[in-house]
Amino acid sequence: MKFRLAIYLALASLWHRRGVLGLVTLTLTLSVTLLLGVQYLRTEIRQSFSNTISGTDLIVGARSGQLNLLLYTVFHLGDATNNIRWSTYQSLKQDDRIDWLVPLSLGDSFRGYRVVGTDAGFLRHFRHGNAQALKLESGGWFDDVFDVVLGAEVARVLSHEVGDDIVMSHGTGSVSFMNHKDTPFQVAGILSPTGTPVDRAVYVSLEGLEAIHIGWESGVAMPGRTATPEQARSRDLTPGNITAALVGIERKVLTFQIQRQINESQTEPLSAILPGVALSELWRVLGQFEKALLGITGFVVITSLIGLTAVLLTLQAQRRQEIAILRATGASPGLIASLYLLECVMLAIVACVIAIGLGAAAIALAGPWLLAQQGIQIGLRGLNSSEWMILACVPVAGLLVALIPAWRAWRGSHHQGLSRGLSGNP
Amino acid sequence: MAISSEALSYAWSERSTPIKFPDIQLTSGAHLFLRGASGSGKSTLLSLLAGLAVPRSGRLRIMEHDLPEMSGGQRDRFRADHLGVIFQQFNLVPYLSAIDNVLLPCRLSARRRQHALPRPSAEAEALLTALDVPPNLWYQKVTAMSVGQQQRVAAARALIGSPALILADEPTSALDADNRDRFIDLLLSQARVRQTSVVFVSHDQALARHFGHHLTLGVLQ
Repeated sequence: MKFRLAIYLALASLWHRRGVLGLVTLTLTLSVTLLLGVQYLRTEIRQSFSNTISGTDLIVGARSGQLNLLLYTVFHLGDATNNIRWSTYQSLKQDDRIDWLVPLSLGDSFRGYRVVGTDAGFLRHFRHGNAQALKLESGGWFDDVFDVVLGAEVARVLSHEVGDDIVMSHGTGSVSFMNHKDTPFQVAGILSPTGTPVDRAVYVSLEGLEAIHIGWESGVAMPGRTATPEQARSRDLTPGNITAALVGIERKVLTFQIQRQINESQTEPLSAILPGVALSELWRVLGQFEKALLGITGFVVITSLIGLTAVLLTLQAQRRQEIAILRATGASPGLIASLYLLECVMLAIVACVIAIGLGAAAIALAGPWLLAQQGIQIGLRGLNSSEWMILACVPVAGLLVALIPAWRAWRGSHHQGLSRGLSGNP
Repeated sequence: MAISSEALSYAWSERSTPIKFPDIQLTSGAHLFLRGASGSGKSTLLSLLAGLAVPRSGRLRIMEHDLPEMSGGQRDRFRADHLGVIFQQFNLVPYLSAIDNVLLPCRLSARRRQHALPRPSAEAEALLTALDVPPNLWYQKVTAMSVGQQQRVAAARALIGSPALILADEPTSALDADNRDRFIDLLLSQARVRQTSVVFVSHDQALARHFGHHLTLGVLQ
């Protein structure tokens, strides 16, 4: 009965003061939205990050650390320490335990985007996200030596369409003065957005890469020795080496065995890495930043809760008379104190509910735009347990900060100025 | 006996000089006019009678209950069950409507609820009608009411559920002469119907004629 009365009074009192309390609740709502949003995006980005490559069991490259190999093969960051010989790639292909192999050849760029030499296996076997295959937005996969397939972002930013002619640059800098201008490529297809580094790369055949490097020595085109497209087509364009290879293994139990054998290879120094393990190691490095961000937003929420307490304490001065009336009518100090606790917790719950709505609306609205413009895939999903936990902390923190005005009210109605209630002078 | 007190005294702190109060003997249903200049301690006396303050010494029995012997919680319950209080002004909870203000004691005390006949809401409406509060104001914000109307709503709140004793602390000081006499008439006639004792504090000797019993508090030294 007393609890129902307290709820009834708290609700009426909140509604009565909705003007000023609305503003502090808005502050709290925005900060909770921020906190929830950061936590949500953290999970989403981590998820999207660890799904940058999936379905690939091993990545094989020249001997190096696993982060280095992962960075240059999957994220196109940094350069390969060394190449692997075409013969080594061929012998891996002979291995019955290996289901498929996709060669990757790096080193050139197109207007700052990496050029990846590969074959049709890339379209067939590369997976990202939840085992999603690559899709072509328009056109088809490369067929000819001088065909190129553009990632979604490359096509969008540079406004290229199927049929356009483009010229590759030698080296991986964003500005290059050495262009393969004798051997232009034609856009054969454009990939759909994936939210992965695939969007920021262009794909050509290994033969195409070989063709544009005819007559190049030590990174410089020898005058008179480069080939026209027609001359190039008549040559043998089998590459001498590639940068790395993606490996698919049907029987997963063999993965570690194959990895160890590749790592111990006698023919040349190789490294085979498990992409999932390397990705989570990379996330451990990058993850520090998002933890700091979460900490900062946590402080924002605490700040707005303190603001809420300040407002409640200010209102408390105006509520003396009302409290005196309730006391004279027989309300206990506990009931008075519980009014403050209830009001603060109710405000916090209202803020949380609105924050969920705001966050969901923001993600639903911004999601498609983010994928199209920024290549970040953020989907709407239910909250996970840690997000619920963070959300539940807000009313609990509200209860804790409300203990200050509640304790003051309780003590006040116990000791101080009891006759003040009867005298009518605040 | 509604009130029976002997050698009551009160002190604000351990070191301050205690205020001594005259003895009060008030039979049930009687109406007492308590006159005192400002500073004579009349509000303090009402706090003692309401159980909102504890006397330094002396004996105080209200409705045969030894008030100073009770715990804080017991006094709160006693006040909710048996007492009605009217202040000088600002009598109403600002965020409740007039009718909800009147019903407040019934929400705090089961005894008051049971004695509000036939039903709490029906008695609240009957009281507001009897006390001349226009029905169009009953469900509205109390801040829209005149001071006279607010005081009559406060009287209805004090009377609902027929408490044994009503303590009124200068409830008419903000009213003009006409309103003042009408307020006292309405309050006392309703109290008479309910057999409720009234202790009415005022500095205005002109109001004394409405009351059967009189007591004057000395000037504070």
